[in-house]
Amino acid sequence: MSLLGGLLVFLLFVQGGQSMINSLSRKEDEKRLLVNALGRKWEFTFTTLVTFGGAFFASFPLFYSTSFGGAYWAWMILLFCFVLQAVSYEFQSKPGNIYGANVYRAFLFINGVLGTFILGVLVATFFTGSEFTVGKGNIAGLGTVGPVISQWQNPLHGLELFANLRNLCLGFAVLFLARTLASLFFVNRLSHEVLEKRSRKFVLFNGAPFVVFFLVFLIWTLLAEGYAVDPGTKDIYLEKMKYLHNFIEMPLVMILFLLGVVAVLYGIFLTVFSARFKNGIWFSGAGTVVTVTMLFLVAGYNNTAFYPSSVDLQSSLTLQNSSSSEFTLSAMAVVSLFVPVVVAYIFYAWRALEKKRLNLDDLNSDGHTY
Amino acid sequence: MDLLSASAVNWSRAQFALTAGYHWLFVPLTIGLGLIMAIMETLYVKTGDEKWKFATKFWQKIFGINFAIGVATGIILEFQFGTNWSNYSWFVGDIFGAPLAIEGIFAFFMEATFISIMFFGWNRVSRKMHLASTWLVFVGASLSAFWILVANAWMQYPVGMEFNPESVRNEMNDFWAVAFSPVAYNKFLHTTFSCWAVGAAFATGVSGWYLLKNRHTDFAIKSIKISAMVGLVAFVMLAVTGDGSAYHVAQKQPMKLAAMEGLYEGKEGAGLVAIGMLNPAKIVYNDEVDPYIFKLEIPKLLSLLGYRNINAFVPGIADIVDGGYTLQDGTTALPFEERQARGRKAIQALADYQTAKEKEGDAINAGNTTAAAEAAEAAAVHETVLRENYAHFGYGYLEKGEDLIPNVPLTFYSFHLMVMIGMYYILFFMIVLYFIYRKSMSTTRWLQYVALWSIPLAYLAGQLGWVVAEVGRQPWTIQDILPVQAAASSISAGNVKTTFILFAVLFTGLLIAEVTIMIKQIKKGPDTTTTDEA
Repeated sequence: MSLLGGLLVFLLFVQGGQSMINSLSRKEDEKRLLVNALGRKWEFTFTTLVTFGGAFFASFPLFYSTSFGGAYWAWMILLFCFVLQAVSYEFQSKPGNIYGANVYRAFLFINGVLGTFILGVLVATFFTGSEFTVGKGNIAGLGTVGPVISQWQNPLHGLELFANLRNLCLGFAVLFLARTLASLFFVNRLSHEVLEKRSRKFVLFNGAPFVVFFLVFLIWTLLAEGYAVDPGTKDIYLEKMKYLHNFIEMPLVMILFLLGVVAVLYGIFLTVFSARFKNGIWFSGAGTVVTVTMLFLVAGYNNTAFYPSSVDLQSSLTLQNSSSSEFTLSAMAVVSLFVPVVVAYIFYAWRALEKKRLNLDDLNSDGHTY
Repeated sequence: MDLLSASAVNWSRAQFALTAGYHWLFVPLTIGLGLIMAIMETLYVKTGDEKWKFATKFWQKIFGINFAIGVATGIILEFQFGTNWSNYSWFVGDIFGAPLAIEGIFAFFMEATFISIMFFGWNRVSRKMHLASTWLVFVGASLSAFWILVANAWMQYPVGMEFNPESVRNEMNDFWAVAFSPVAYNKFLHTTFSCWAVGAAFATGVSGWYLLKNRHTDFAIKSIKISAMVGLVAFVMLAVTGDGSAYHVAQKQPMKLAAMEGLYEGKEGAGLVAIGMLNPAKIVYNDEVDPYIFKLEIPKLLSLLGYRNINAFVPGIADIVDGGYTLQDGTTALPFEERQARGRKAIQALADYQTAKEKEGDAINAGNTTAAAEAAEAAAVHETVLRENYAHFGYGYLEKGEDLIPNVPLTFYSFHLMVMIGMYYILFFMIVLYFIYRKSMSTTRWLQYVALWSIPLAYLAGQLGWVVAEVGRQPWTIQDILPVQAAASSISAGNVKTTFILFAVLFTGLLIAEVTIMIKQIKKGPDTTTTDEA
């Protein structure tokens, strides 16, 4: 699950790119090139999001019911953005699309900004907590709240998450990270001098705020109280600097996390300072996957409640109390054995399609353009 | 016990129905056209005839326009289980989530990957590799249909699971029973053939339009040849698998069957209503009013279809509510009140079990072993009571016998209209193939008109099929275990109403854009190097 989350954040570069189609390009054909470079990747981000949802459902159904049914508006706005995205590539340059190319590009922009930002905010709640209670006896009529097990206590149903400064920090960090990765992707993929040069500048303009927001979130979280689980009684309590302790107690996670961060920064720095270095996306991309994966591990492993409730500590979701049965998890484990096969054919397909970098002529000769 | 407000539940149902309905406007065409364009590309690779390539590319373009919006509506459906059906998600997520995850890993990635080769790879991979990709897109789409229908079938016929009172949910204990339940298998075939049917009807209709306009006639005839064959196979197989569906429904969801037929009083050797009109004066299920204004029946057919025996007893709505008839296994059906009482007993036993377990935990923490042992013993007793009555669990949430009855007119008319359209299409495709065989399709204008104007019927039939399946099973999200009233999320109706309106506006706006784009593309016609005569 953590790995899937990591991949998802990496693939958000499509969204990041969408948020800068207009600012990065000056001419219409430049815009078209950017749209098409991203458009050949959008299904992967989308599919990963869908799979992320499905896998979360299968592995942690209580998270599915608590977070989705509770933080209703945050998830709904996120989904709304993704609906806008799905049609925008295909429709924008087709005759008869009614609303005109600019509207669809505005949709892409909305998805690029809000999609990444909201996901960041929602991931931050894994560390900052949300206002919900869980009562499994509700369904049998115990308690007074009716049959629903998961109850969100804030009437804003997820909108209140945007009032938490630490959540916002991670939201902005993910937004700027996505834009940075997109710039790196353009540097790597396009054979178009002007756009490449501008993309390098954009790596710096977006990389810098990303680093600032991320560091603020990270340091704040490491020093803040965390949601710890007593392995004996299963009671949940607040522990000072819990997430820092998790890093220290899981040195392998810490090392990989640091390596991931270094790889991200390495990709950014080299792209900014060396005019010939084009492979920043691979370093920063892989670094992102590793870093985010480790961040998820820190949120849930080492006796930590991965989806904490700030109003009722004992309602917090832990890996044990919210996961599927052993039977289902082993079935899912067997299924994951096929993941390498999937990765292999995706790799093959990307290679086959991308032996050469994309330029304007390809748009006319490949037979399908956006 | 306080249940969820009816309006919140109904808005959630409306939102799901809205999304599913829109989803089903786009998905069948992608699966159906997927098959047609894969066959065409195979012919291109085999014969080297460029005309097949142009045809393939044209249908791929239409496919692409539909695919995007199908994906968009699909993701909303997946997440709605969590956002709007939160209790459901926990109560059965252990079983229901797995097919969804498998769908993502196996089907969606396959589709997404090979779609990019299909669209962008014409000049970048070999012909055979491209052909394989086109087929894999079709396979991926069909696999995704398989897994989501496994999930749907499980709701209608829950198997391979056991209730765990400790975690308060149903847990999977037999994966293969879930994946290959006879209901799932039949549902998959029926639904897949309906997708082929829509694709075939669409391609035939559009080709008919070209013939009417006397444009691209060669392309149109080629397309009709392939799609009419696909269409005929699809509709014949729809009838065959439809028979399978009726059989399963009779066994597992007798109330749905009774609603489909408007059958209030059960009988032996029941006939199948061929055409009929319901009597709106029928208000209460046992008011002795004749449910039909008129009906034309095929004698004994319902018994035969439902139970493979022309004299079998088919229970009506009143029988199922009031009980008292003999079930297939020889036992006597229980009246609603009895099932409700047993359901409430099961729910109470679950509550008692939870309380006893809590006591046991407290006693263990306090070091009082005797008290802990007593509590554990009590919990075991409650668990036994719970298991004895679990088959009726969901009835405990219902108030009265009428709650068991779905919307009869909606189910009845949807079912009969769907069947009529299916029969019509078998005849239609036979005629089309006959004219193709006689080589006079391009000059038979009336048939070209019929082909064009039949397109909406295929869509309608697909929508009606889902209405029968989903309205007909009310009030259950999971048959006999969890009714909608206990399955939804704890959010106010106002919130759901707002998102419903947002989605309705968005989907409608996108649908309009989609349709006009498709019409433009169709008017433009296939991109060929040969001169266009229009």
